[in-house]
Parts: sequence; structure tokens; C-alpha cells
Amino acid sequence: MSTSLGEPNLVAILFFLLFVAVTLGITWWAARRTHSTEHFYAAGRSVTGLQNGLALAGDYMSAASFLGIAGLVSLSGFDGLIYSIGFLVGWPIVMFLIAEPLRNLGRYTFADVVAYRMRQAPVRIAAAVGTLAVVAFYLIAQMVGAGNLIRLLFGLSYETAVLLVGLVMLAYVLFGGMIATTWVQVVKAVLLLGGALMLALLVLARFRGNPLSLFAAAAERYGTQVLAPGQLVSDPWDALSLGLALMFGTAGLPHILMRFYTVPDARTARTSVSYATAFIGFFYLLTFVLGFGAMVVVGPDAIKAVDKGGNMAAPLLAEAVGGTGFLGFIAAVAFATILAVVAGLTLSGAAALSHDLWVNVVRGARASQREQLRVARIATVLLGALSILLGIAFKGQNVAYMVGLAFAIAASANFPALVLSVFWRRFTTRGAQASMLVGTLSALALIYLSPTIQVSILGRESALFPLRNPGLVTIPLAFLVGIATSLQAPERDAFERFAEVEQRLHLGPELAPEDAAAG
Amino acid sequence: MTDQRETLARLAAAQWRLALILTAAMMVIYFGFILLVAFAKPLLGRLLLPGLSLGTLLGALVIVAAWALIWIYVRWANGHYDRTVATLKARRP
Repeated sequence: MSTSLGEPNLVAILFFLLFVAVTLGITWWAARRTHSTEHFYAAGRSVTGLQNGLALAGDYMSAASFLGIAGLVSLSGFDGLIYSIGFLVGWPIVMFLIAEPLRNLGRYTFADVVAYRMRQAPVRIAAAVGTLAVVAFYLIAQMVGAGNLIRLLFGLSYETAVLLVGLVMLAYVLFGGMIATTWVQVVKAVLLLGGALMLALLVLARFRGNPLSLFAAAAERYGTQVLAPGQLVSDPWDALSLGLALMFGTAGLPHILMRFYTVPDARTARTSVSYATAFIGFFYLLTFVLGFGAMVVVGPDAIKAVDKGGNMAAPLLAEAVGGTGFLGFIAAVAFATILAVVAGLTLSGAAALSHDLWVNVVRGARASQREQLRVARIATVLLGALSILLGIAFKGQNVAYMVGLAFAIAASANFPALVLSVFWRRFTTRGAQASMLVGTLSALALIYLSPTIQVSILGRESALFPLRNPGLVTIPLAFLVGIATSLQAPERDAFERFAEVEQRLHLGPELAPEDAAAG
Repeated sequence: MTDQRETLARLAAAQWRLALILTAAMMVIYFGFILLVAFAKPLLGRLLLPGLSLGTLLGALVIVAAWALIWIYVRWANGHYDRTVATLKARRP
């Protein structure tokens, strides 16, 4: 099958320019409303439940989920679906354990919650290490993905693509802060959901509107084994470990956690997770149709001919069922997808650098609004420049494992400390610090020793640590270290202030006069 | 005051219990699915209808189960939980 993929596509360029023009217009509008850190980090806490639900979906659904999973299903059938499901099951955990406590106890970062009743500096430094590690690996994965995708989709050079993504994202965050980032994510989520739905409907129209006829056609052409589990989950321990990281990592991703500060109260935070889970689940159900649609309509060989990893399955499918114009639209949606995710990541990294490290550690929580905002913007520029440099430095590297690594660090460094600080009275400063540092370092060390790096990347015969994802070891380890360290040396202050945490967790911040002290 | 403190403690305990039960339910459902994928490959490959394997059906049901668990939590939180929180807030000076 011939394809115009990779040649300059007029519709794609027009749609892309339109998206950039609209989002920069939103940024200009948002910049005039961004006067304080409350706006810059938390969009003035005025985002509605539906808006935040869409923005969460836009923040979470990366190019990997759209292009990667559709590609995986188109090449290997059922096995690709395991990822679709894994990326959704973290959201109920966010709902049950994280969203409302976060909204009621913190201001801008998840470290606000962990540090609430602890000594500030040690907890915030450890939290910033975990946050920046997650953000760095997630950013590298997104930037390298962006460079490769845009080269394939638009025919731009890799470096131009990385630079373009970095600069546009920087404009959103630097000038429009969280208000612009939220709206970019909302627009992206609507485009992605709408584009995926349209694509799925165009595919289903060829199968009398029945997904089962599509699956049956796939089984008829490529054998019924495409509807059955294959080799992807060959080692159950590996699968369990990856599953744990995906499940609890979602609840520890700093850019997701930060979004709960943008809503006015805990009830709206709750509503926004419901919307987000509905949208994200719906989207992952659509990937079933997109993946098998690409398998039947385009065919695995044609997909592999364009990109061995299968990443171009969805765009090729769009071209096959909707023509060059629709391909252009889907390509522009993929671009928008990356921009929205990197903007959220950069903002959360900037918050860790400026709010946690500069304001609360270096300046001892005594910094003027002007200074806080200025430092936040300097941090944004630093992270933007860093993401462009890292994107170019990792050109041609296999970075697929980095998203898994980011989830593993988030699940081991951030999630245990967050849960223990909110629900366990005896948790201490030392415990929180130890849990977060051990979580981060053990995840990094075990990934390095795992077959992911040793065998796949360095080409060694075997690896010291058998699991591809360290979650199975590092998540329980972070919990154990946090608990053991806390029990070993009780901290009276933290113990006594738990009553205040409990009260504020349920009754909300407006009733707690100590609010100012938490900042 | 003590009465209010008790109500808050009871509410906190109830919230924690429900959150744990629902989290455990999600883990059992998801890891149950993963273990079936690992150990019962032929079973999941069985076709229930032309085009519909047991594996695809169960996979879609995991997503539906996530929605259902969230729905249970939201129903409880928007009802009993929010009502109790509102009474506690109203009774404070």
C-alpha cells in the first residue's frame, strides 16, 4: 500500500498551525490572568470538575498510549491490550487514596502533603529528588518520541522537531502557567478523544458497525491466536512487577498529582477523577478497535515497513479509511498530544525546583510573591532548555523503557510516602525521607541491573536482577523502609499534629487556621 | 467537642476502610486478569462468539470494573461522607 506519510502534508501543517495559533492565543489570554503563584501553579483553583477531568486525561494520555498501543495491537493483537488495561487501573487508586487528601492538605506540590506535619527541608529535598527523577525520564521519553514521530509524520528533521516542541511548550508554561497548560490539555483531550472516536467509527463502518466482526476478520486473516495471549507475558513475575508499577505509579506522577490543586475543593477533585477515568477508559476501549482495525485494513507488513515498532499504525489507518486529509488531522492530533504532556511535566518539575527547593528549603518559606513567580519562571526556562538538550542527546537511543522507569520511580518514591503521611499517625520526617530516597535510588539501581538495560541496551548475556520492571521489589521496600525508620525513632511533633492532618483531610483547608504555616 | 471528634474519627475510619477495600478489589481484579494471561493462555483464547475471545471480554471487563468501583466510591462519598462532613463543618464555631 502506498502512503503519503512522511511527505509534507498540507492538511497536517494547516491543522498543526491552527492548533498552535489557538493554544498560543489561549496562552496570551492566560498570561494576562497569571499574577500570582496561585495562578501559575494552580490556575487560581477555579477549574471545574469536567475541565479538570479532561485536563487529567490530556495530561495522562501520551503519544505512547495513542500511537504505541494501537501499533502494538496491530502487530501482536491481544498482547497490546494488556497495556491499555494497565494504564487505566491506576485511576481508581488515585481516586480512593490520593485525590481528596491532596486537595485538602497541599498547595502546589505533593511534597506539601508529605511535609505537612514534618520538618520541611529534609522531606522537600527528598520529594524534589523523586519528582525530578520522574519528570526527567518521562520528558526524555516524550521528547525522543516527539522527534521520531514528527520526522515520520511531517518530514521535519529530528532536531527541528525537538526544538519546536520544546519552544512551543516553553511558551505555554512560561507565560500562561497552569491556566494555559490546563486549556492546552483540555483542547488536546477533546481532539484526541474526538479523533480516535472518528477513526474508530470509520473503521467500524466497514464492519457493519460491529467490533466483533472486525475481531473475527482479524482472526480469519491472521489466525485466532491474535485474540489470545501470546509471548508478551511469559514470566508472571515480570507481569506482576510491571502491573504494580503502572497501578501505583499513576498515583505518584507529579504532573498528575499537581492537577488536583487546580480545583476549588475535594468534592470537585473527586468529580474530576470520575470524568478522567471515564474518558481514559473509553479511549483505551477505542484502542481495541484502532489496533485490530489497523491489523485488518492496513496489515502488519505495511505497518512494519514504515516503522518497525508499529508506531505509525494509527496514522496509516487514518489514511486508509479517511484519506490524506484525515491523516493530516490525526498527525496534528499526535503532535498536540505530545505538547500537552510535556507542558504538564515541565510545570510540575518547575514547581519542585522553585516551590519545594527554593522557596521552602533555601528561603525558609519567606519569599515574596514576586520572587516566587520569578523563580518559578526561571525554573521553567531551565527545564525547557534541559528537555530540548536531553531530547537531542538521546537521539536514536531506545528510550521505550523510560516511561516504565518513570512509573516505577513514581510508584516507589512518591506513592508510599504520600499514603503513609496521610493515613499513618506514626510516620516521621526521617521515615518520609528514607522512603522517598530509597524508593528513587532502588528503582534506578534495579533498572540499571535489569535485563532492560543490561541485555536489551548494553547487549550483555544476562542481567544481575531478573525483572524488567523493579516495582515488585521497590514499592514494598519503600513502604518497609518508611515504616521501619519511623518506628525506630518516633517524632513527637509529627505524631501530635496528625490530628490536624486528619481534620483538614476531611473538613478541608478553609477551617484550618494553621493554613498559612503549611506553605 | 468530644462528640465531634468522635464523629470525625469514625468518618475517617470508615473512609479508610472503604478506600482499602476498593483498592484491594481493584488489585485482585487486575492481578487476577494478569495471572490468567500468564497461566491460562489457552483458556483466554477460547472463542465465546465469532471474534470474541474470553481474554478480550475479560480485558474490557477490567476497564468496566474500574468504572464500577469508582462509581461505588463516588456514591458513598457524595452521599453519606459529604453529609457528615457538612454537619461537622456546620457545628463548628
